[in-house]
Amino acid sequence: MENRQELLNSVQMARFVASGSLRLDAVVPAEMNAEGLAVLADGVPPVPYGTPLSDAYAQGSFVRRLLELPQVAGALRSLVGPEPWVDHHFVHTREPHGGTAQALHGDAIIDVRPDAFDVQLMYYPQAVTLEMGGTLSVPGSHLRRTNESDTGRYQNLRGQDRLVCPAGTVVFLHHGIWHGGRRNDSDTLRYMFKIRFNPRVRQRRLWDTSDLHDPQVTAELDAMFPWYEGATGRLERYNRILLWRELTGDDGFDLDHWVTRVANRPKGTVA
Amino acid sequence: MTTEATLPARADTGDATAPVLRQQVLVLYLADSALDSHVVGWSRYDGTGRTSPTTGDSDEPPYDSGVAALRDGWRLFQAAQLIPPYPGHEYDVSFLKHEFFFERLVDVRAQP
Repeated sequence: MENRQELLNSVQMARFVASGSLRLDAVVPAEMNAEGLAVLADGVPPVPYGTPLSDAYAQGSFVRRLLELPQVAGALRSLVGPEPWVDHHFVHTREPHGGTAQALHGDAIIDVRPDAFDVQLMYYPQAVTLEMGGTLSVPGSHLRRTNESDTGRYQNLRGQDRLVCPAGTVVFLHHGIWHGGRRNDSDTLRYMFKIRFNPRVRQRRLWDTSDLHDPQVTAELDAMFPWYEGATGRLERYNRILLWRELTGDDGFDLDHWVTRVANRPKGTVA
Repeated sequence: MTTEATLPARADTGDATAPVLRQQVLVLYLADSALDSHVVGWSRYDGTGRTSPTTGDSDEPPYDSGVAALRDGWRLFQAAQLIPPYPGHEYDVSFLKHEFFFERLVDVRAQP
């Protein structure tokens, strides 16, 4: 799948490292969204776990064309590199006036890899209103070491994102982000198509790094989110710095001396 | 704290005037371990069945701080302990640390 790709830049990558998500509004054209609704309603046959992307979806199929859209393909390559495995996919629906909200959770099981991450693509073929129960996600929660729905006790967090989006929106989420489908209080059945991707290359400088030293990069990495406790918010930045070091190969990168200070153990002695 | 000891929920004794008490629970997550620090997260559970709070149902917390909830009549019944990090895990981030449970008893026979 080597069609045209619009890679992310460093500012976008830094924002992903800080928030754990990347949102591409209305990147899928209207005619594809109409087709996509029908495709999702019919169901998308499963693929075996770990299928290389180019083998997962037939040439010309809806999902293949979705993943070949330049912004989608470029974001995917920037995040996990070429030819990732398709871990699995699933068509999620939220029934109108039915069911309950999902408990806040992270997918799969606790996953604390410090130097690699999976992404989950979420595609919304229809416009999502607040009443339709768009996916709830918590910016900056992806580095928390929690297991699946053990976070179900948390109903609302300051600064949470209750997704409201135009049709054709695609969101990429870091595997660890806390999220859940909200209760659908509307008259409309809501669809979301999710694909999880596993990287097969080291996730290092896979994006367009020409702006790597843009001051906005550090500003993005330094973001605090409203639900952070003050003290733990500092640890969030510490962990982000370590992840940015892995992604860039720059072992000296820091923000406000957070990592350097606590790693400083001089061995030299006074002459 | 055994709230039932002070305000027992009564069985149906045939006394139409006897209160029938049910518990409402409010959980506040605060910015630090002080009860007067600001709210960063919240959950609600309603034993009366009159409301059905759920995940992602509001963007604004019901109170700005734990003390604000006390002033509105909520009774604190549990506060998170302060537990030092396990050696080697000092920089890990995980669950919210400053969790406070409040309750309010409501007579479901009374008009809301």
